[in-house]
Amino acid sequence: MGEVLLEDLTKDFGEVIAVKEVNLTIHDGEFVVLLGPSGCGKTTTLRMIAGLEEITSGRILLDGRVLNDVHPRDRDIAMVFQNYALYPHMSVYKNMAFGLKMRRVARDEIDRRVKSAAGILGIETLLGRYPGKLSGGQRQRVALGRAIVRDPRVFLFDEPLSNLDAKLRVQTRVEILKLHQHLAATSVYVTHDQVEAMTMGDRIVVMHEGVIQQVGPPMEIYQSPANHFVAGFIGSPSMNFLSAKVRAEDGRTFLEGGGFRVPLPAERSGGLKGREGGEVVFGIRPEDMRLDAEGEIEGAVEIIEPVGSDIFLDLSVGGASLTVRVEPSVRMSQGERVRLRPDPARVHAFDPETGETLI
Amino acid sequence: MRRKTMLRLGGALISVLTVGGVVVMLLPYFWMVSSSIKTGIEVFDLPIKWIPDEIQWVNYPNALSKGAFGVYFYNSFVVAFAVMAGNLVFCTLAGYGLAKFRFRHRELCFRLILSTLMLPLEIVLVPTFLVVRELGLVNTYGGLIAPLAVDAFGVFLMRQSIRDIPDSLIEAARMDGCSEFGIFWRIILPNCKPALGALALLAFRDNWDQFLWPFIVATTDDLKTFPLGLAQMEGIDSAAYHEIMALAVLGMIPAAFIFLFFQRAFVRGITLTGLKE
Repeated sequence: MGEVLLEDLTKDFGEVIAVKEVNLTIHDGEFVVLLGPSGCGKTTTLRMIAGLEEITSGRILLDGRVLNDVHPRDRDIAMVFQNYALYPHMSVYKNMAFGLKMRRVARDEIDRRVKSAAGILGIETLLGRYPGKLSGGQRQRVALGRAIVRDPRVFLFDEPLSNLDAKLRVQTRVEILKLHQHLAATSVYVTHDQVEAMTMGDRIVVMHEGVIQQVGPPMEIYQSPANHFVAGFIGSPSMNFLSAKVRAEDGRTFLEGGGFRVPLPAERSGGLKGREGGEVVFGIRPEDMRLDAEGEIEGAVEIIEPVGSDIFLDLSVGGASLTVRVEPSVRMSQGERVRLRPDPARVHAFDPETGETLI
Repeated sequence: MRRKTMLRLGGALISVLTVGGVVVMLLPYFWMVSSSIKTGIEVFDLPIKWIPDEIQWVNYPNALSKGAFGVYFYNSFVVAFAVMAGNLVFCTLAGYGLAKFRFRHRELCFRLILSTLMLPLEIVLVPTFLVVRELGLVNTYGGLIAPLAVDAFGVFLMRQSIRDIPDSLIEAARMDGCSEFGIFWRIILPNCKPALGALALLAFRDNWDQFLWPFIVATTDDLKTFPLGLAQMEGIDSAAYHEIMALAVLGMIPAAFIFLFFQRAFVRGITLTGLKE
């Protein structure tokens, strides 16, 4: 078991409120990713679950037991730190055994567990070495091993891949997922990397300025962002935002601005009711438009970015900038004028004041 | 080509200057050793005779027989060792607290401790003596040791060194189930060994030849330390510089030995704590 419940969790550092009234249930065996830019409160939330940061108000429960005043060692929670936090003066074996030794686990049991964890992670040959003699990837495994041997109810990960190079990061990401499938333990994973969040999380919790913006499965968050911030944070290149006016003509609704006039299907325009003539933010992802001579968005190509599998074109549309993904076979030249047709089912609109999603 | 020659010349100049510095530094020691094996008259010969015609080893047993130098040596050793141990314990604990715990007025505390570095022993001598007297520690080992057992420089050294240990190590240990003292013992201490080595060396050296404080607080012969014995020797026989020098040579041996032994740790400790840029 390992169900974590956060109730109105708040943390302030004097004037600064780092985490504000966070409510979240993390189910047993679930892999939840806390995602957000730096300073959004994700790490503070994780550290409060670990017991490394005092809680200003609210409660944390693990399987129904309130953890607020429970010492970190008694929480049955293990954490993988961003810089791995391996004890430099201890061998890999001792690093992994330390937590068990402190808990007075019998020596042969420690030996059994350390060797079993080392087997799972493929680090049997490193047990006698010291952290200083290991590569980044190896240290990462040892840090994972140290968490695994304790067989905790909850695993916490604080940006564990951020110190690895790009290739190793992808590899380790897959390994952590495999490990999660193998152990089926509740995991809370903090990252600012949305690709990590999308690929790893059963659910993603997007945070901004200490407040949860949206909680949901990755694709739901990607396709139906709750607000302007989430829409802009998830996705690379990110969603395009253009300021627009709502127009209603002949019973149809349009989003209109410099260089575009996008019609909305009747079933999607409900959220804009009563805003006719008002300002909104029109949002569309780069992959949700296609080149079309009859398209409703018109712009001039400014920059061409081929990435192999795709080409991204940066266009100037009515003075604003807009990115579109096109097939790698498309030939374009700088300054060329093009027209785009957005997928009506994928058009978003946000309130310019509150950032709230309208459609 | 010209640049290369200049570089080579520069290197040679640095070597010459370094060797010159070494000679200047070592000359007094050489003079001390040389005087310790001369006769009383030869010591004052001009021009200086660096190596005497006849080596007077007898100066050593003669000098030692003029006072209870065995006792003085023993006392110096006990005091220096105890002060060193006290510094290792208290400076490290204080340094740990100042480096890793958040509490009100922590910086002020640290600055106050540091500011005591500006007060030489001579200034705090009287108040310290009054405290020691009130505690009934005059003319005891306790009185010789306690006032020196923690030192602001040591606190500073240990704080700097412990500050470099990542907080996450402490947090990891806390989550691993280590007690707060356990963290200090099992995580902090092993990771500041070079600084501990440097502190041990400095504390031992400073207190091995400490003169002023023992001079004030040790009143009977059985508690006198080696530097006091040496000074007393001057009183007994002010002309016997050859024998005084023999004693000085003997007194230098433990400190020199410890320095040679800990030299590497010392340099590493000083470098790691950022005292030497």
